[in-house]
Amino acid sequence: MSGVDTALGLDAKRGPVAVIAKTVLYGALIFVFAGPLVAIMIGAFIPVSDPTKLTVIPDEFTLDNFRQAIERDVFLYLFNSFVVVGVGLLFQVLVSILAAYALARKKFVGSTLVMLAFLGTMMLPEEVLAIPLSLVLADVPVVHVNLIGSLTGMIVPVIAWGFSILVMTEFMKDIPVELEEAARIDGAGELRIFWSVVLPLCRPALGVIGIFGFAMIWDQYMLPLLVAVDNEQFTLPLALRTLRTDEEVGVGVLLAGSLLALLPSVIAFLAFQRSFLRGLTSGAVKG
Amino acid sequence: MSSTGPRAATTDRTAAAAPTTGRRPGRSGGPRKATRNRAGRFREAAKRQLIPWLFLAPALIIFALFKFVPLVRMIEMSFYQVRPFLGDVYVGGANYDQVSSDEVFQDAIWHTVYLAVGTTAGSIVLGLVLALLLEGQVKHLWFVRSAVFLPVVAAMAVVAEVWRILYYPNADGAVNSILGLVGFGPSAFLNSADTSLNSVMVVGIWKGAPYDMMIFLAGLAGVDRALYEAASVDGASVWRRLWHVTFPALRPVFAILLTLAAIRGLRVFTEVFLLTNGGPNGSSEVLMTLIYKLGLERSGELGVASAGSVVLLAATATLTVIVQVLRRRGAHR
Repeated sequence: MSGVDTALGLDAKRGPVAVIAKTVLYGALIFVFAGPLVAIMIGAFIPVSDPTKLTVIPDEFTLDNFRQAIERDVFLYLFNSFVVVGVGLLFQVLVSILAAYALARKKFVGSTLVMLAFLGTMMLPEEVLAIPLSLVLADVPVVHVNLIGSLTGMIVPVIAWGFSILVMTEFMKDIPVELEEAARIDGAGELRIFWSVVLPLCRPALGVIGIFGFAMIWDQYMLPLLVAVDNEQFTLPLALRTLRTDEEVGVGVLLAGSLLALLPSVIAFLAFQRSFLRGLTSGAVKG
Repeated sequence: MSSTGPRAATTDRTAAAAPTTGRRPGRSGGPRKATRNRAGRFREAAKRQLIPWLFLAPALIIFALFKFVPLVRMIEMSFYQVRPFLGDVYVGGANYDQVSSDEVFQDAIWHTVYLAVGTTAGSIVLGLVLALLLEGQVKHLWFVRSAVFLPVVAAMAVVAEVWRILYYPNADGAVNSILGLVGFGPSAFLNSADTSLNSVMVVGIWKGAPYDMMIFLAGLAGVDRALYEAASVDGASVWRRLWHVTFPALRPVFAILLTLAAIRGLRVFTEVFLLTNGGPNGSSEVLMTLIYKLGLERSGELGVASAGSVVLLAATATLTVIVQVLRRRGAHR
């Protein structure tokens, strides 16, 4: 009777028929969901002259796709992507923890309003704001800077992200206030308390907003599309379209480019899987 | 941004010097006498109110510049015929009239809703099935789950490019050759007006279902195991157990997924832009690709494009509120 540990109780089903059925099922699921991505990986290293040659079974190995992709500046695009995600993420995490500290640890007039405003920004993604955003980027209010045609234009708008702030706020709320008060009695100042008491306790949440921020910035499409004026500023995801429409190169080159755009996010996911899954549920539950 | 650092530091030092009257009135008896006068106490309270804003400043400034100013501009532009260098002309609700009466907009709105509903429903159903099939503690299941989750991690641009290849509209194309094995004729997928929108939807479900699966799995982990035991002691079948124990316990998960779908569903852009760019013949044109074409590619129709965006935003906001209200009501029950 016991051992019913899952909703369907598949775990408990043993015996040769069940094992074979489960193996076939798992194999099919992996094929459907991971297969296309594996095909990118394989296709990048074999000659793929046209789309019908896509396969998950490699035959002959070549680096020619990468050679041609590099000739078409794929490393420049990759570099651009890394600059945007590196600088963007650094500032995004910083901005998030600063804002979360105020929202979670301070009582002040207007905090509910700020919280509502932050929640509201989550309904205002780059897509919805595309039209006015393109004008604002060309002439940023107050400072009157033109960010069109520079990587800065892809970085600055993403350094404040509602999701990240909210996840961090929820986490910081759970840190016992006694620790903070003890530090205050010992004469620690505001920044000191923030930096050496609250922040070290937030390490798990830092992992979450780090990996989600990475995925969010790496996946940006509309913003680079609005900002980039020529190939010089293309990020890798944006450049894939040009690789595809380039008639001089085959599908293999597009796959080589795709692989370079895919790998960083896959590696980041595998390395921070725990944080990722924690964020998926915690963020969603609060969202 | 960087200017807030030193500024926060200075207020920080002064704040530290000031007594912490609010929290521990008894502790700071000494310095309290010095600031007993009203002006001092007022300044102290002001400082206490000011510090949070210094921490919030970077986020607020960025949001103001790149979210709220564009929002206001968008609403403003939606009432004007925007003419760069010539001066804008106020046109009242004309742009909105165009959005609501123009056939191209009508079609795009319908496609957007169809795609959003289909992708959401498909992802939730498939995500639930995946979660039920892949629930468990065994090590190899962890591997299967990770593999299935990969589409969520991949950037949409990568996903779109690989699916363009998979959808190759020829009997030798990857998906077509698999369909051929089970006896279905080759489909033109993205290249035919009949199948383009559904083909985009399948990609959306393929990328969305594993995400939903993970959230369902978290929900399944929280189901009280004693209820499973009780059900099996009572001799309930697997289906009855699912229906009476598992699904009711997953109700909050459905609410979460619907909330996310309400926020994300209607603004779909990247996959459509890359897979079909609205074609063929506008058969997969959604609001965002249309707005992008009107406002940015052809430029000049900024006013109409803004009106379309405002409609999109209003619909998103309404949906979110509806889902939240339903969620609250569900929670009370």
